[in-house]
Amino acid sequence: MSEPVAELTSGGGAALPLGVYSRPKGGGGWRDWVTTVDHKKIGILYGGAALFFFGIGGFEALLIRLQLATPNGTVVGADLYNQLYTMHGVTMVFLVIMPLAAAFANYLLPLQIGARDVAFPRLNAMSFWLFLAGGLFLNFSWLVGDAPDGGWFAYAPNTGVTFSPGHGMDFYAIGLQIAGIASLVSAMNLIVTVLNMRAPGMTLFKMPVFTWMILVVQFLLLFAIPVITVALFLLLFDRNFGANFFNPEMGADPLLWQHLFWIFGHPEVYVLILPSFGIVSEVIPTFSRKPLFGYEFMVFSGIAIGFMGWGVWAHHMFVSGIGPISIGAFTLSTMFIAVPTGVKILNWLATMWGGKIRLTASMLFATGVVSMFTIGGLSGVTHAVSPADTQQTDTYYIVAHFHYVIFGGALLGFFSGFYFWWPKVFGHRLGETLGKWNFWLMIVGFNMTFGPMHILGLNGMSRRIDTYSPGFGFEFWNLFATVGAFVIAFGVLCFAMNVILSARRARGLPPEPPDPWDARSLEWFTPNPTPVHNFDEIVEVSSLDEFWHRKWTTDENGRVVRRATAAEVCQTGDADDVHLPSPSYWPVVVAAGLPLVGFGLLYNLWICVPGTILVLIGVYAWVFEPPDDPDGPFGGGHGDEGHGDEGHGETEESASDESAPQEEAASVE
Amino acid sequence: MSEAIVTEAGEPARGDHDHGDHGTLTGISNNKLLMWVFLGSECLLFGGLISAYLINRSRFHTGPAPGDIFDIPFTSVSSFVLLMSSLTMVLALSALQRGDIRNNRIWLLTTALLGSLFIGGQVYEFTSFLREGLGYTTSPFSSAFFTLTGFHGIHVSVGIVMLMSLAISSYRGTLTQKNSETVEIVGLYWHFVDVVWIFIFTVIYLVPSPTS
Amino acid sequence: MSTDTAAVTHTEHEHPSDAKYVQIAILLAALTAAEVSTYFVDIGPILIPALLVMMVVKFFYVAAWFMHLKFDSILFRRFFVAGLILATVVYCIALTAFEFWSKG
Ligand code: HEM
Ligand SMILES: [Cu+2]
Repeated sequence: MSEPVAELTSGGGAALPLGVYSRPKGGGGWRDWVTTVDHKKIGILYGGAALFFFGIGGFEALLIRLQLATPNGTVVGADLYNQLYTMHGVTMVFLVIMPLAAAFANYLLPLQIGARDVAFPRLNAMSFWLFLAGGLFLNFSWLVGDAPDGGWFAYAPNTGVTFSPGHGMDFYAIGLQIAGIASLVSAMNLIVTVLNMRAPGMTLFKMPVFTWMILVVQFLLLFAIPVITVALFLLLFDRNFGANFFNPEMGADPLLWQHLFWIFGHPEVYVLILPSFGIVSEVIPTFSRKPLFGYEFMVFSGIAIGFMGWGVWAHHMFVSGIGPISIGAFTLSTMFIAVPTGVKILNWLATMWGGKIRLTASMLFATGVVSMFTIGGLSGVTHAVSPADTQQTDTYYIVAHFHYVIFGGALLGFFSGFYFWWPKVFGHRLGETLGKWNFWLMIVGFNMTFGPMHILGLNGMSRRIDTYSPGFGFEFWNLFATVGAFVIAFGVLCFAMNVILSARRARGLPPEPPDPWDARSLEWFTPNPTPVHNFDEIVEVSSLDEFWHRKWTTDENGRVVRRATAAEVCQTGDADDVHLPSPSYWPVVVAAGLPLVGFGLLYNLWICVPGTILVLIGVYAWVFEPPDDPDGPFGGGHGDEGHGDEGHGETEESASDESAPQEEAASVE
Repeated sequence: MSEAIVTEAGEPARGDHDHGDHGTLTGISNNKLLMWVFLGSECLLFGGLISAYLINRSRFHTGPAPGDIFDIPFTSVSSFVLLMSSLTMVLALSALQRGDIRNNRIWLLTTALLGSLFIGGQVYEFTSFLREGLGYTTSPFSSAFFTLTGFHGIHVSVGIVMLMSLAISSYRGTLTQKNSETVEIVGLYWHFVDVVWIFIFTVIYLVPSPTS
Repeated sequence: MSTDTAAVTHTEHEHPSDAKYVQIAILLAALTAAEVSTYFVDIGPILIPALLVMMVVKFFYVAAWFMHLKFDSILFRRFFVAGLILATVVYCIALTAFEFWSKG
């Protein structure tokens, strides 16, 4: 952290008051990435970090499967096994799927609404660094040999000091707390962005479905994160300051944890799935060459899911002793929520129906989502039936359910998105052949791994046991599942190879010409890869699928005829008079302080001191930082406007003013 | 009518230059919207803490009961102090909107002072509870009580820091009519913290609590 | 929340006068006094409803006037009310599951 600080004092010729530093001037290489406030770079950072954690989580999964491949497995001991499955779940949910969604949201959402950046670019950068800090903090627990071991939902009182005496659950509580702040800040940021920064003419109901789903997700996060924040604080206080929230010995009711966790937790599962639904809703129309069937239904069912998702949480607690009335009510509400979900599936099918389908890798993954999520949704309905769930809960049947929805639904959707938007982001496509290997290995391996878990679960194999004895009929399907897990691993390897090989192939070649897929939404107005300033000129929007309508029209016989080529419609990306927000050192400084505070809580309160100081310095310098860099690469005429934001301080709620790129958009016109 | 702007969004409120939010589609300032979005989220945070308190308020068998230990007259006074700080806060804003820097500064400082008085009262309350045998670890009730009111106290303290920073920048001449929105946003936060206390004061203190 | 007052457009700051703010503060103070008096005077079974009503009125006045929700963009009101309603409903259900209303 000290590196940029050292450099600061020299910056900015004009005499600035004490503690006010000019903004970084780039400098190239990694410094550009550390100080960037560009939503596209931040999106790429999110994606890269998520894939890194995906490697870790996947490795943990393979160890779990190796241990379970045979009865009386001895690959890992019970203690390590507990840590493995806990960290696998936590990593995949919080450090892979959520940041992948953030990657796509950051990169695409401003483009899809025709904006030059998000509303608060520096806050956006801070969100990423906080997420990374939280993720690294969590995984640091491996290095001290004391990873969380209470399961991703961390039921009390098992997570109290009595039963979890190590630091594992503290890493869990603090790490997730930091990552949670990141999600909350980014949710607030994106909500303001969507509401305030759409291009002229883009009404809410002309927004692409992906943008809509991301918006719904941000609302879910906005209201769900504070609930887990409370839960994690209570856990932390119980463990470290002797509070009694979950301590039955003192008369407390540990069910409080379950309620708080699942009030957060069920909205959270929609946070995981809706971005993928959004991606699929972009991919399927493009590759079926038809508009999305029932756009309004798609949007409204997404909103409906967003609302109903709040009223079903206790279906995770059917056997926790919540009483017959609660069980009845939550059974009903859970069954209802399957309706809007079903609407979406039918709409995708209807979109494909009669379309000119092109089975690209991206489209294959999208159809994978539709089919696999349907299976997961159906098994979900089977445990919405509470009497049936009494049999299923805590068995591998549940493991099968949530992997069908999260792997089959969410993760495959992100892969579909990778293949679809790779040319937009990196200027070249991913290879189709390896892409198809990627898809088929993953989908076959996935079904081999998780399909049999339905059977294992109904036959009574419980989840979270580190091994099982021979003779219960578990042997065959467990071995089969382990083989499947390695097939998945090969699929992922294909993806990694594809990334490397296609980058190598593209080297020296001109970037992908605009609009590789005959796509529909605003991001394709920009050349590939997207230039730093996004749009040369802000697009005036007059319809849903604006980009498509500029290329195609219907003649008097109702046939679709071309009105312009993509090259004519797309912008060239060579505008040089666009003013962009300048980079900043401070988001990463603020984010670096929090894990130090965390270590302080765990080991020695004195470590909190430098952490707090770092945060305070970061916030102070952030607030006093000059708003713009007039000499920056895009330093067009935008004068230094009065900067009266002193006094905003301390916490994320008081984010200071950021330049509104839309404002500059006006000056370009 | 602003509703139409939001949902139709056909007419971006461009050229709205005197408001400082020219260029946003809704005509609403990004910063103010951010604060309101944040306050919406805070409702769930305090809701969680209040619920955690409510289900634990009768779990006190290892220590004093809430109904026996609360000092209603004292808390009433400090609640009143916080309530009045909302008035001074809004007067500070209204002064700055008129361009009255001097009164703005006075009211900002008064608000910070009233907030500090409230915090002082809380410190006194906590220490006297401690003396009467109600520590943080005494019972589920005590943990929940100190956590809830402590979180609120931290929010007030953050507000005081923001108010003081505003006052300092006023002395340095950088807080003028032009950036009254900054004061307004800090004010929103401050009033929010006040309404949370309105809730806490009634539900936690005034509604009769279990006695031993 | 009421929208009756002639909607003030978002371009101008037609906020209430200071006198109005003081009036509201006096009302708030009076309500607080009434609330506190229930501690000294027994008003029987209407105690809790009365307290809650007074609380809601105070809450409303601070939010509507001091936080300008009455005059400002309806979007702000929506966010805040959404958070409030969601929190109330969700946590009341949770409290019900704990049998809080019957056992306290
Ligand atoms: C059709 C809609 C869905 C229904 C009706 C449904 C229903 C359920 C029910 C009743 C449970 C509790 C089972 C038990 O523990 O006994 C459950 C568990 C779970 N569901 Fe779903 N679900 C649905 C969709 C989803 C989606 C979309 C996701 C995530 C993207 C998801 C993720 C999970 C997870 C992670 C668990 C297990 C949590 C745990 O115990 O660790 N579900 N689901
Ligand atoms: Cu659920």
